Amino acid sequence: MIRLEHIKMKYPASKTYALNDVNIHIEKGEFVFIVGSSGSGKTTLMRLIMKELDPTSGKIKLDGTDYSKIKKNQIPKLRRRFGVVFQNFRLLKDRTVYENVAFAQRVVETPTRFIRRQVPAMLTLVGLADKYKSFPRQLSGGEQQRVALARALVNKPEILLCDEPTGNLDPKNSWDIMRLLEDINSKGTTVIVVTHNKEIVNMMQKRVITLKKGEIISDEQKGGYIDED
Amino acid sequence: MRISSGIYSIRQGLKNIRRNLLFSLASIGTIVSCLFLFGVFYCIIVNFKTAMDDLENTVTVSVFFEPGISDGNIKLIGEQIRIREEVNTVEYISPEQAWETYAKETYKENYDEAMEIFAGDNPLKDSASYTISMKQLDKQAEFVKYLEGLDGVRKVSTSQAVADGVGALNSVVTFASVGIIVILLLVSIFLISNTIMIGITVRKEEIAIMKLIGATNFFVRAPFIVEGVVIGLVGSLIPLGLVYLVYDNVVSYVIGQFAVVQNLFAFVPVNELFAVLVPVSAAIGIGLGLIGSIVTTRKHLKI
Repeated sequence: MIRLEHIKMKYPASKTYALNDVNIHIEKGEFVFIVGSSGSGKTTLMRLIMKELDPTSGKIKLDGTDYSKIKKNQIPKLRRRFGVVFQNFRLLKDRTVYENVAFAQRVVETPTRFIRRQVPAMLTLVGLADKYKSFPRQLSGGEQQRVALARALVNKPEILLCDEPTGNLDPKNSWDIMRLLEDINSKGTTVIVVTHNKEIVNMMQKRVITLKKGEIISDEQKGGYIDED
Repeated sequence: MRISSGIYSIRQGLKNIRRNLLFSLASIGTIVSCLFLFGVFYCIIVNFKTAMDDLENTVTVSVFFEPGISDGNIKLIGEQIRIREEVNTVEYISPEQAWETYAKETYKENYDEAMEIFAGDNPLKDSASYTISMKQLDKQAEFVKYLEGLDGVRKVSTSQAVADGVGALNSVVTFASVGIIVILLLVSIFLISNTIMIGITVRKEEIAIMKLIGATNFFVRAPFIVEGVVIGLVGSLIPLGLVYLVYDNVVSYVIGQFAVVQNLFAFVPVNELFAVLVPVSAAIGIGLGLIGSIVTTRKHLKI
C-alpha cells in the first residue's frame, strides 16, 4: 500500500541526512510501530508520508501512485486518505468536542446531514457520547486524545497515522487508546504508530520498524522495542 | 463548493471579524473615511464639472470674414468648422442680425429712429460671423490657431483668459482628488491585509490541522476572503449613507442661505449622483476587500 524506496531526506539547514536510504513497504491492513529515539527521523518519515515534505531523493508511492507526480492541487485528495493523531492532541480549544470532530468533516466538505449522523456515532465509538458539549479544557488527557482519534477517524481514512499518541497519557489511558487502535485496525484500517512507549510496543507484538540516526536498524514482524543504549 | 461549505465559510469569516474586532473596525474605519472622501470629492467634481460645462457653453469663439467674401465661401468655412471634434455648436450671425443686435444694445429706446437714419445702409455689412461653442475648452487655443489659418478668415475673437482659468482649475481639482483617493485606497488595502494577517496568525493551528486533514486551498482561504469582502462592503455602505445625508443638508443649507446661488448654479440632484456613486463605491469596497484578502492569503498561507 505505502512504499518508500531509497528515501533520503536532508533539511536545507542541516549537514546530515534526517533519513538515509530508507526502504519500507507497508501492506494494507497492517499495524506498524515506528520506534527510535528523538532525532532518529520518525517525525520526518510521517511528514513525508503526509506529503508535508518532499524527499531529497527516492520515491514514495501510495497504491502505486508516485508522490512526485502528484500536483499541488491534488495534495488535499491524497491527505483525505489519511487520518492523523498527534501527541499534543491539537484540538481546537474554542470549539466543543462535537465541533472538533465535525470540523474534520466540514473541511472535506461533507454535507451537514451526514455530519449530524456520523459525529455522534464516532463519539460513541470512542466512548465520549455524553461529553459532546464539553470544551477540550474540561477533558482529561485521555479524553482529549480520544476526541482527536474520533476526529481522525470520522472521515473513514484508509490509513491512520499516530505520532506519539500516548506521549502525554498515563498507562491506563495509553492502553485504552491502544485498544481502540487495535479495534480500528481489526476493521481494516492500516495503522502506523510512531512511539517511544517501550512497554506498549513489547506487549502488542506487532510489526516494529526501528530507526536510528535516519537509518532503519531493524524491521521485524511481532518485534519488540530495541534499547539503543 | 457545496452550499453547506459556503455557509460554513461565511460563518467562519464573520467569526474572524468578531474575533479581532478592533482590527476589523480599524479597517472598516479606513475604508469608510476613504470612500467618504471619495463620495464627497465625487459630488464636488460632478457639480464642478456641471458648472464648468455651463460656463463653457457661455464662452464662445467668434469668426469674422475678409471683406467681400462670398456666401458660398462662408458656408464652406462653416462646414469645415462643424466637422471638428472639439466643436459643440456653430451659429451663423448674418450682417443684418449683427447690426440689429448692435443697434438694439446701443440705441435702446432710440432704436427705431436710428434704423430710419441708416435706412438700407448696414454699417456692419462685413460683420457676418460664426459663433462657436466648444466641447472642450482646454483645446481653445489650438482651435483658434486652426481657424486663423483658414482662407477668408479675418479675425477670431475669444476670451482666452476664461478658457485658461477654467481648464487649469479643472485639472488641479481632478489631480488633487485622484491623488488623495489613491493614497487612501492604498492605506485601506494595507489595513485590510494587516487585519487578515492577524486572523491568519490567530488561526495558525486551525489552518495547519485543516491542511493535514485535506482541506482544499480554496476552503482554507474562503473564510478570509469572506472577511475581506464583508469589511469592504460594510466600509462602503456607511460612507454612502453619510454622503447622502451631508449632500442633502449642504444643498438645502446653501439654497436656503444664499438664494442667489440657485440662479447661478444648478446642483446635481442627489439621485443622479447616487446612481453612479452606489455601484462604484460598493465595487471599490468589495474590490479592496478582495485584493487585501487574496494578496494576504497568497503570501501567508503557503499551502
